[in-house]
Amino acid sequence: MFRTVAELVEIAQKENILISEVMIRQEMDVKEKTRKEVFAEMEKNLQVMERAIDDAMQGVESVTGLTGGDAVRIQKYMKEKTPLSGHLMMDAVSKAMGTNEVNAAMGIICATPTAGSAGCVPGTLFAVKEQLHPTREQMIRYLFTAGAFGFVVANNAFISGAAGGCQAEVGSAGAMASAAIVEMAGGTPQQSAEAFAITLKNMLGLVCDPVAGLVEVPCVKRNAGGSSLAIVSADLALAGVTSKIPCDEVIGAMYRIGKQMPSSLRETGEGGLADTPTGRLLKEKIFGMTM
Amino acid sequence: MKYNSVFDIIGPVMVGPSSSHTAGAARIGKAARNLFGKQPKWAKIHLYESFAKTYKGHGTDFALAGGLLGFETDDPRMSKALDIAKANGLEIEFFEDSASVDHPNTARLVIGDETDQLELVGISIGGGKVEITELNGFELRLSGNHPAILIMHTDRFGAIASVTRILAKHEINIGHMEVNRRDVGKEALMVIEVDQNVEDTILKELEEADHIIQISKIVS
Repeated sequence: MFRTVAELVEIAQKENILISEVMIRQEMDVKEKTRKEVFAEMEKNLQVMERAIDDAMQGVESVTGLTGGDAVRIQKYMKEKTPLSGHLMMDAVSKAMGTNEVNAAMGIICATPTAGSAGCVPGTLFAVKEQLHPTREQMIRYLFTAGAFGFVVANNAFISGAAGGCQAEVGSAGAMASAAIVEMAGGTPQQSAEAFAITLKNMLGLVCDPVAGLVEVPCVKRNAGGSSLAIVSADLALAGVTSKIPCDEVIGAMYRIGKQMPSSLRETGEGGLADTPTGRLLKEKIFGMTM
Repeated sequence: MKYNSVFDIIGPVMVGPSSSHTAGAARIGKAARNLFGKQPKWAKIHLYESFAKTYKGHGTDFALAGGLLGFETDDPRMSKALDIAKANGLEIEFFEDSASVDHPNTARLVIGDETDQLELVGISIGGGKVEITELNGFELRLSGNHPAILIMHTDRFGAIASVTRILAKHEINIGHMEVNRRDVGKEALMVIEVDQNVEDTILKELEEADHIIQISKIVS
């Protein structure tokens, strides 16, 4: 069983297999399941992601009215104008935000690795798909690659905002997506690790400060940040850019930073954006009304 | 390692909005119900730190109720669970507790009916994964993700051997096991995580083994 990204990459290199394949074989081994069973389980998750994006594109609104409708807004803009950051980028952002709009509206999503950060992996997948035209199997492999990196973070650091801040959630999710994009685009296992490191480095220190304690503001838009950064880092890694600080050490830094974060910035809804005049006002309004 | 499956990371499929506060809370509630063995009539639920501060916004309250009703994390009835609980004769009270705890997402559930009562502490460690850290005053470490057998027994020599002998006979592999006692020679709790669900006939056999007081199981 791999414990670090270095071990994960080493196994892939030694056996000359993809990162996704390392994860698939380990899952089969640990759970005593066949390849077919493991693929079928991931296919179900993929279908949930697909459905959540479809729902988002119909337009959703949360109970509080704080979030919803932005995914549709962005898609409309993309049809009418040429987005400055490019079509693929905005497509990923709208699908990532859309997934989180569905989550905020208490719809059904697949946590990747958490619900609050559930947009980054599927958002990038369904955008990159339009350009790379992967097979269904490659799409499922995308999730195993993302999962392999998330697995290392979860076991060596944390993936929840309450434990380590948003860097542990959207930071991990965006980084997982970067690594998966690289594999789908034909990059090497080492390049996946570089992309992962570059995204997470850019997310270090990000706090979890949800307004009124809800997974809405700023969570939905942080998935825009996570998914767009994922694509940028993947491109950097595919161009041959490397991270001076190795991937596992970046994960270690994320862990130590999270440990130093006060509880007011770890999903208690007490600090940061939650503690702005508008944040406090929104909280009062929301809990004054019947939910 | 805390996480051993890729589906802990890519998953669970769940009703939003929070994997720790909604899906995890539902799993803690469901673990309590499974251990109780039936639907409770009442529940007093104490919430700590992040759970206490944000439970209304995250739906931690209805998720815990959903779990006590036996709902899975992706049950579409989840957001209506508080009303469904009431309609099914389950009275739930929530308390925001300011005591300090080891983990920011901690819940203490006291549940019961006319005859029985159970107290459990659960933590939600991220991505929907949970651990049960206390049961009826006994400290333990139980991930809700594997089937498990919990055996209340008298702290005597041979009690553990009599249990493992029966499991071995039925070719049941033990993944994790721990034993905790209140005092020498008094009640003790054996927690055994296994790879596959254990048939009720085997539980019956275990119940009749030496020094065994009570047995319950968690199905994954």
